[in-house]
Amino acid sequence: MTTRRGDALAAIRYLAPAALVLAGLLGYPIYQLVLISFYDYGQEQASGGAPLTFIGTENYRRLFSDGQFWAVLGQTTAFAAVCVVGTLLVGGALAVLATRVRAVPRSLLFLAALGAWATPAVAGSTIWLFLFDADLGLVNEVLSGLGIHGMSGYSWTYDRYMAFALVAAEVIWCSFPFVMVTLYAGIRAIPAEVLEAARLDGASTWRTVRSVILPLLRPLLAVATIQSIIWDFKLFTQIYVMTGGGGVAGQNLVLNVYAYQQAFAASDYGLGSAIGVVMTVLLLVVTLFYLRALRRGGEELA
Amino acid sequence: MRWLRRPGRAVAEVLTVVIAGVVAFPLYWMLLTALKPEGEVLAANPRPWTLAPTWENFHRVLTVSGFGRFFLNSVIVAVVVVALSLALSFLAAVALTRFRFRGRTVLLVMLLVAQMVPVEALTIPLFFVMRVVGQTVPVLGLNHLGSLVLVHLAFSLPFAIWMLRGFVAAVPVELEEAAALDGASRFRFTWQVLFPVVAPGLVATSVLSFMHAWNDFLFAKTFVTVEEVQTLPLAILVFFKPDQNDWGAIMAGSTLMTVPVLVFFVLVQRRLVSGLAGAVKG
Repeated sequence: MTTRRGDALAAIRYLAPAALVLAGLLGYPIYQLVLISFYDYGQEQASGGAPLTFIGTENYRRLFSDGQFWAVLGQTTAFAAVCVVGTLLVGGALAVLATRVRAVPRSLLFLAALGAWATPAVAGSTIWLFLFDADLGLVNEVLSGLGIHGMSGYSWTYDRYMAFALVAAEVIWCSFPFVMVTLYAGIRAIPAEVLEAARLDGASTWRTVRSVILPLLRPLLAVATIQSIIWDFKLFTQIYVMTGGGGVAGQNLVLNVYAYQQAFAASDYGLGSAIGVVMTVLLLVVTLFYLRALRRGGEELA
Repeated sequence: MRWLRRPGRAVAEVLTVVIAGVVAFPLYWMLLTALKPEGEVLAANPRPWTLAPTWENFHRVLTVSGFGRFFLNSVIVAVVVVALSLALSFLAAVALTRFRFRGRTVLLVMLLVAQMVPVEALTIPLFFVMRVVGQTVPVLGLNHLGSLVLVHLAFSLPFAIWMLRGFVAAVPVELEEAAALDGASRFRFTWQVLFPVVAPGLVATSVLSFMHAWNDFLFAKTFVTVEEVQTLPLAILVFFKPDQNDWGAIMAGSTLMTVPVLVFFVLVQRRLVSGLAGAVKG
């Protein structure tokens, strides 16, 4: 790195445009989010018909004494956990598989994964919905063709857990490629001699994975895990599209959809913001683990 | 019969090809359904092929519902976001990798934290911000594409800067010294030397910014209520109807929405993977 005079001044000029946009459209809204959560902010306040009243932590008190909030928080966490574990297992297993085959099958796998990765969330949701459609879906057709009773006309989105499972399958489908590609690159970066030594020592594939590959990949795995947690915890589109805005009687609500409903459907912007603040704080805690994982991975930030 | 000597690998390769098929199958089904005539889409026993492929679903989507307009809206938002995000993140990445100044580490940590912010939670304050902005600058307000451009620009910047940092850092310092000896100013060096050298990285970064803007559902839904300004994700949902979903049209619309991203992805996959590996490693 060359050090010239006037670096600080030049840096300010180069950083200013991005900093302005981020301050105005990310920093300020976060401040506003916190602020709104302390106000009684309904339809009348939003349209300017009534003055704003500061109500302190009243929105939070209402939120924390609301049984549905805890239920939604619980199922958001469980759902995100299933998605994260599924994504890591599928992505990790396929990354290992990809290292054990020749170029042609590997390219086919990567091309297919690239396709799933590139599919927009809305498109992915509609495709999976159609595949699992009660009357016209291929899955029900095949399953009842196999003689499984009651599959013809079976609605996958009616039952709470089936609906969550279906959304989770779509989420894993479109998010495992990131994990697979990252871990594949990580495995490839392991020196061949290390793996050769394990082989010469007579280690089985499973033993090599567990005792050699996994420890070496730990920093990368930590990053992939935390990225997945962050993505899956704040899912919106898939749940909204596939369960029709949160499922039968709101049985498939996750925090983001719940906040959206409270704010824009029920016009309770104060409560919606409080939910947003809770989510932000939870993800911030995860982020702290992320920073620690990065540092432990021996990465220097500067 | 060479494979007989390595049965383990043969099994692994067959398995890999089968899994690739399973992963790609939903996309195949989307394209197939989009090309099927209506009678076959609604048939009780769907077949995994069609003998009478037709453009009628695409035709219906593009002409009847004004999908072309929504497609264009999505393209406008995504392209403007990509262009602005590249310019701003390139400058920021140069400052963060090439210049020494105090507070750099703090800025980097802030960038990481910014990537974690659940932007969906910001719909509420941003809705009000855009309403106010719209009162002074109408094109940037609600019900205008400008509001979508602004939010997606802000959301894609942190990751774009983070990823570009790796590409800029990979350019040898000697290049800068040589340019300085030739009397090039820092500004000229940045735009005439560094910018072209980092171009492949810019392309890889732009895919992710593009996807960010292109895929957005929530903000388009919240900020835009007039039909002419709607973007693709919402336009597809129009074909979900209480009595009978128009699956042929939904799949044709989904195909139209997926293809641009897919093409972009395939073109830059190599750069993308190396860029992501760099970004993930920090």
